[in-house]
Amino acid sequence: MMKVIMGNHALSYGAKLSRVQVIAAYPITPQTQVVELLSEMCANGELDAKFVKVESEHSAMAASIGASAAGARAFTATSAQGLALMHEMIHWAVGARTPIVLGNINRAMGPPWSIWTEQNDSLSERDTGIMQVYCESNQEVQDTVIQSFKVAEKVLLPCMVVLDAFYLSHTYEPVDIPEQSLVDEYLPPFDPPYKLDPDDPHTFGSLTDAKWYYELRYKIEVAMNKARYEWKKANEEFENIFDRGYGLVEDYKCEDADLILITSGTITGTARITVDILREKGKKVGLLKIRVFRPFPIDEVRDILGSAKKVACIDRNISFGHSGIFFAEVKSALYNLSNRPPIWGYIAGLGGRDVTPESIIEIVKRTEESDKPEELIWIGLKR
Amino acid sequence: MRLTIPEEEIMSPGHLACQGCGAALAVRFVLKGLGRNTIMSIPACCCTVIDGPFPYTAYGVPIWHTAFETAASAASGIKAGLDVLGRKETTVLAWAGDGGTFDIGIQALSGAAERGDDMIYVCYDNEAYMNTGIQRSSATPYGAWTTTTPVKHPKNRPKKDIVAIMAAHRISYTATASIGYPEDLIKKVKKAKESEGTKFLHIIAPCPTGWRSRPDDTIKLAKLVVETNIFPLFEVENGEIWKLSKKSKGTPVIDYLKLQGRFRHLKEEDVQTIQMNVDKEYERLLKRCESA
Repeated sequence: MMKVIMGNHALSYGAKLSRVQVIAAYPITPQTQVVELLSEMCANGELDAKFVKVESEHSAMAASIGASAAGARAFTATSAQGLALMHEMIHWAVGARTPIVLGNINRAMGPPWSIWTEQNDSLSERDTGIMQVYCESNQEVQDTVIQSFKVAEKVLLPCMVVLDAFYLSHTYEPVDIPEQSLVDEYLPPFDPPYKLDPDDPHTFGSLTDAKWYYELRYKIEVAMNKARYEWKKANEEFENIFDRGYGLVEDYKCEDADLILITSGTITGTARITVDILREKGKKVGLLKIRVFRPFPIDEVRDILGSAKKVACIDRNISFGHSGIFFAEVKSALYNLSNRPPIWGYIAGLGGRDVTPESIIEIVKRTEESDKPEELIWIGLKR
Repeated sequence: MRLTIPEEEIMSPGHLACQGCGAALAVRFVLKGLGRNTIMSIPACCCTVIDGPFPYTAYGVPIWHTAFETAASAASGIKAGLDVLGRKETTVLAWAGDGGTFDIGIQALSGAAERGDDMIYVCYDNEAYMNTGIQRSSATPYGAWTTTTPVKHPKNRPKKDIVAIMAAHRISYTATASIGYPEDLIKKVKKAKESEGTKFLHIIAPCPTGWRSRPDDTIKLAKLVVETNIFPLFEVENGEIWKLSKKSKGTPVIDYLKLQGRFRHLKEEDVQTIQMNVDKEYERLLKRCESA
């Protein structure tokens, strides 16, 4: 069924179609409509789930973990300050191997207060071990929730579905909401290998010394690595049933490109149009969208960028004192290649500042005209 | 005499508690009262360690170790998960120390109690952060030494009234208990199990390590703390009906204080102040019980 819905509701529909059993969430702008719609769905019986209306995001994640440990499929959603408050429990969800799916609306961190988009909130969770997927459209948001449960439950790691504040969260787009029976065919019920069960009592997460802890961390990395394969497989199965799909990355007109742009989130849509405009003018520009950020799609990035003459990465985030975060990740992925392209790093759109086709044309022009790669170029900065 | 304490031992020996640990007895008694169909949510506290290091475990029921401030929120999630899976008979027991309850965990506890999430929340109270080396908490009593309230500046504020705070949430059942009175304690555990929504038990659990007391005085102290009215035993139903569980013996507080090194620095006037405060608080409790 095609329906015109906002990005936040795409998250709610994704959760509903995944037949989530426990939702624990706390309201924060711009995430509120996610939980409002889910509350409604629980209240009117459309969704057979328990909604725990917690008093903070920290408790939202703690309760989601508890529910998952009991054997229930758990979902939560938040943004910015809320995600930062959850941080301790995101580590816990990973260590406890609870495959929770978390919707995060990218919003800039305060102070000063901002409710507009920026990726520093989700990227601050980079090293926790939660998987991260950045979405470009509302359709992709809904579908990614369903795919995330599929992958998360295979590898027993939580997954964050990320979308831009307002540019996606509050923007209405047509979304194909599939039949429940098709989703059921794709996503089997959650059946974890271990759970809290008085008939088979186990202790989870007890004090573990250096004799064991190290191997447990290794197992998380093994799971992350396995997730690279599981994302591909989950997408193939998804395409077979729903006739649409998304890779770990998407390359657009990259085969013959001299210059490849790298984007994530909604800047991708703008960049795709800009690539078309520039192609019409005879410029050989391509686009690499990074969708799955953790696990990092290192092979795909190397394959696609290896033949480019120049690469320009656009980051709606910054690791202060270093560079854009996607830029640093891509650069490190390319470093061990014998033939690696030079890469320029651009910061754009922090705090929700619009990134327009003109901004992207400026990035392309500057990269073309430059002989020496620069790592930290601020686009559209008022001086 | 009728045996009121179930014979079955759910908690195993060979745990890691210090000699004379009141908390270990609290786990043992509460699990006797609840039976095996119980899941425990345990945040950082002495009982994290007492259970034993991986791969050992002593408590005999499923244990969910969770972050310091999340005993209640993790328990809420566990209960929601069990409910939706149709396993409604299982008791969810949130089990936290005084730091995890009075201080860092009070927000999550208040949230769960306000929602009325079905769980028994036990605070076993040893009156300081004992696991980390005896630092003061808001459960540390007036006048006590801890490593962060040295004898030159002992704690100068009274213990937080956690039971009144929980009763003010209008939860179905709130009670105090002492490991010195196991029959009363287990009776209250069973009553909590039969009550609906969130139930709160505040159990005083002497700590020889932190109280600087003799391990073989633990039971004596757990009785004296009640007899002196420092920790009276009572119940509160629906936040309204307050009932004393034991009549006062009115034993002077000095009999309790003098057995503990943490109070050794107190001067006579300090002891008098404590006695006055205890008398005043006890009067207040009696009034609550009468008016109910």
